[in-house]
Amino acid sequence: MAANTSSANFIKTSTNATNKKSNSIWNDFQDVYRVSMKSYWDALDKYPKLKLIDIFCLFLVIIGVIQFAFLCLIRDNFPFNAFLSGFIICVGQFALLISFRMQYLNPFPGIPKNRAFGEFIVASLILHFICLHFIN
Amino acid sequence: MSLSVKEKTVVNWVLRALKLLICIFVVVASISSRLFAVVKFESIIHEFDPWFNFRATKLLTETSFYNFLNWFDSRTWYPLGRVTGGTLYPGLMTTASLIWNILHKIGIPIDIRNVCVLFAPIFSSLTAWATYKLASDIKDTRTGLLAAAFIAIVPGYISRSVAGSYDNEAIAITLLMLTFMFWIKSIKTGSILHTIGASLCYFYMVSAWGGYVFITNLIPFHVFCLLLMGRYSNQIYVSYTTWFVLGTVASMQIPFVGFLPIRSNDHMSALGIFGLLQIVAFGNFIKKSYSQNNNNSNSNGNLKKVMVFSFLAVCILGILLLILATYLGLIAPWTGRFYSLWDTNYAKIHIPIIASVSEHQPVAWPAFFFDTHFLIWLFPVGVTLLFSELKNEHVFIIVYSVLCSYFAGVMVRLMLTLTPVICIASSVALSQLFDTYLNFYDLFKFWQNGSSSRQNSTNKDTKLNFFKFLSKLIVSGSFIFYLYIFVYHCTWVTQNAYSSPSVVLPSQTPDGKMALIDDFREAYYWLRMNTDEDSKVAAWWDYGYQIGGMADRTTLVDNNTWNNTHIALVGKAMASNEDRAYEIFNELDVDYVLVVFGGLLGFGGDDLNKFLWMIRISEGIWPDEVNERSFFSTTGEYRVDSSATQVMKDSIMYKMSYHNFPYLYGENSGGVDHVRQQLIKPEDVGDLKRFHEVFTSENWMIRIYKLNERDNEGRDSEFSVFKNKSVANDNNSNVEGVDGSRRRRRRRRQQYSLLDASELRI
Repeated sequence: MAANTSSANFIKTSTNATNKKSNSIWNDFQDVYRVSMKSYWDALDKYPKLKLIDIFCLFLVIIGVIQFAFLCLIRDNFPFNAFLSGFIICVGQFALLISFRMQYLNPFPGIPKNRAFGEFIVASLILHFICLHFIN
Repeated sequence: MSLSVKEKTVVNWVLRALKLLICIFVVVASISSRLFAVVKFESIIHEFDPWFNFRATKLLTETSFYNFLNWFDSRTWYPLGRVTGGTLYPGLMTTASLIWNILHKIGIPIDIRNVCVLFAPIFSSLTAWATYKLASDIKDTRTGLLAAAFIAIVPGYISRSVAGSYDNEAIAITLLMLTFMFWIKSIKTGSILHTIGASLCYFYMVSAWGGYVFITNLIPFHVFCLLLMGRYSNQIYVSYTTWFVLGTVASMQIPFVGFLPIRSNDHMSALGIFGLLQIVAFGNFIKKSYSQNNNNSNSNGNLKKVMVFSFLAVCILGILLLILATYLGLIAPWTGRFYSLWDTNYAKIHIPIIASVSEHQPVAWPAFFFDTHFLIWLFPVGVTLLFSELKNEHVFIIVYSVLCSYFAGVMVRLMLTLTPVICIASSVALSQLFDTYLNFYDLFKFWQNGSSSRQNSTNKDTKLNFFKFLSKLIVSGSFIFYLYIFVYHCTWVTQNAYSSPSVVLPSQTPDGKMALIDDFREAYYWLRMNTDEDSKVAAWWDYGYQIGGMADRTTLVDNNTWNNTHIALVGKAMASNEDRAYEIFNELDVDYVLVVFGGLLGFGGDDLNKFLWMIRISEGIWPDEVNERSFFSTTGEYRVDSSATQVMKDSIMYKMSYHNFPYLYGENSGGVDHVRQQLIKPEDVGDLKRFHEVFTSENWMIRIYKLNERDNEGRDSEFSVFKNKSVANDNNSNVEGVDGSRRRRRRRRQQYSLLDASELRI
């Protein structure tokens, strides 16, 4: 009997602990979110061109989501290549933009910002060419 | 001793000139050692697959690229046909025809066959250059030069790139090395431009060879290892994501690949790493921005907790998604070829057609030494040396070598992808060794200072120097000797083992002169000249491409083994008795049946030796009609003499192979089959009633039979009145009569003794 109650107690305390823990993790998340958002706005103020890049990123994400939602809505992917090229161009352009963004904020040794921009343009052109070819 | 600026530039120029000179020598060596095939034999397309590539290239030069991609080939896989344009890798043919077109534009009227024959040597020189660049990035240019020299002449690579071996691998290894070269460069610099180079080379590779899957998995694995080692950097993000996005969408442009990169599990690791890298980059971004504003150590602990928690959540979510996608059928199930990589017995049990290809067998241990000579024991040394520095690019070479060593142990053909990394790793080891032991700078200094300072230096000092010098001399001398032996070995192997076209077989007359056994071409030429243009030839799939390329006749099955059932059908016909086989062949509109018989010469790769595979493959489809056990004698042996089972003796493969063979050496003595070393007696070989022999080549290697025609009322051939007439028509090329030709063949048989022809198709 005694053993039983003690084990029940133990369970109770442990659930309490997990509750507390998850609560604290939630707090941690909030904390991290707040701080990083703050530093993000700081960076935006520092480099105004970042705003352009990030808006473009957001635009790509929205377009990608819309395409995917449309696919789910009509429940058919018939011209699959067309959908794929539309979707991949969003993902790809996004990845390229992020790559460029990294180089814009802290350039790699040996690659100045202007060259990074030029390379970004070339890669984007190739991506667009292939996707246009794929879309039929 | 310091040099002036002028002297330094002079030294630099000399070094550069030497490097260029060495590169030129390497290129010359790589091309010329591959020309043995042309010098010893002739300018001819080799083996099996190259004949198809050659045929496709010819079509491409004759029609347009558009027609080529839409090519429906009705002359193979009769009556099904094959959507050839959509099921081949067009890279090789496109490149060859591009070269041909350019040469014609600038006024060099070269034959397309010669372009195809010389294709592999030219591209192997490019491989040497790419390997030079790659190895230079791993260590230094001396390593690069050594690696280039190794890859130029190493037999493991030459085996697939001699002149005339016009196969996908000829260009694929070049592209493999180019892709890796660009990849290493982009990992080092993070430049998008280099990554574009890597993805374009990857695209080219996808267009040229099915082995591109190796790159698709190796590069993500490299990145994954770097992530696990905690080496995430923005350079890695930039180069991997750019490569993945461009490479994947470009690879989908190849019709044969299509949507595979997002469907098959072979490609999933690349996609998974792409996703993982996004998450890691995002985490990194958060971390950076968090630590910029917060210097509190406690809150850093919070951040860690958040990171771990979200990482676990993402992992679980990802695994669930993967399972769901496989379950819903969005992702293709794992392919058989993939399983056979992990479990060497998988193919043997489940897919006989994969196991039957000799390229898919595991490597025999001596093959490693045979193909790479002393590099094979320098290879582990090089890999170990790479561990001591362990930069990002070194991780790549280590990962590459570990993965490839395993895969090469599973499949012979993957030896080809292992060879480059063996060359690179062992050149790292060797150049490290030479850096230390071939450095006689001290000695020169000693000599130079010697005259002035000899009286000052003690006796002990010179002695020490002498021993140091001696040890250096011994070590570097022995390794230079190994290098010499290596070159010797490579030349010997190339000359003797890898230059044979296997369409023409080398042999020797008793007085040691070289003689060629040209039965294959003789038979194919006979087919081309003496049969109707639309006649269908049934043969085992090995000879499909050659019949299509050389004889230009319609075949039932060929080396593109896309339809297992159709192959099994031909196998069943070969394994069944005459009546049944006649029925099957008639249903398939077959006019001629071609069998390869090596019993007279001792040619081991003949159809009777492949017969077991025909039986196994057809047993897989019709277990109740074909039974492997019934072809073995009561003691469980594979016999072809009197103790063979009745089923074996009734099969048309047996009858066609040994038709008239026992009478070759006199009326009743019987004939000895030189491959299986068994005596074939006249009473063992039953008469052919529904087929008749129309052609047998000089050394009996190829025998062609024609189906007896049904008469006008569709009655069976056995009673056909037209039988004799058609025999007379078809036999007019062999007008000498059976007796005369038999005598002539016996004479030749005494003259030639075939050199290990059985080993030709390793």
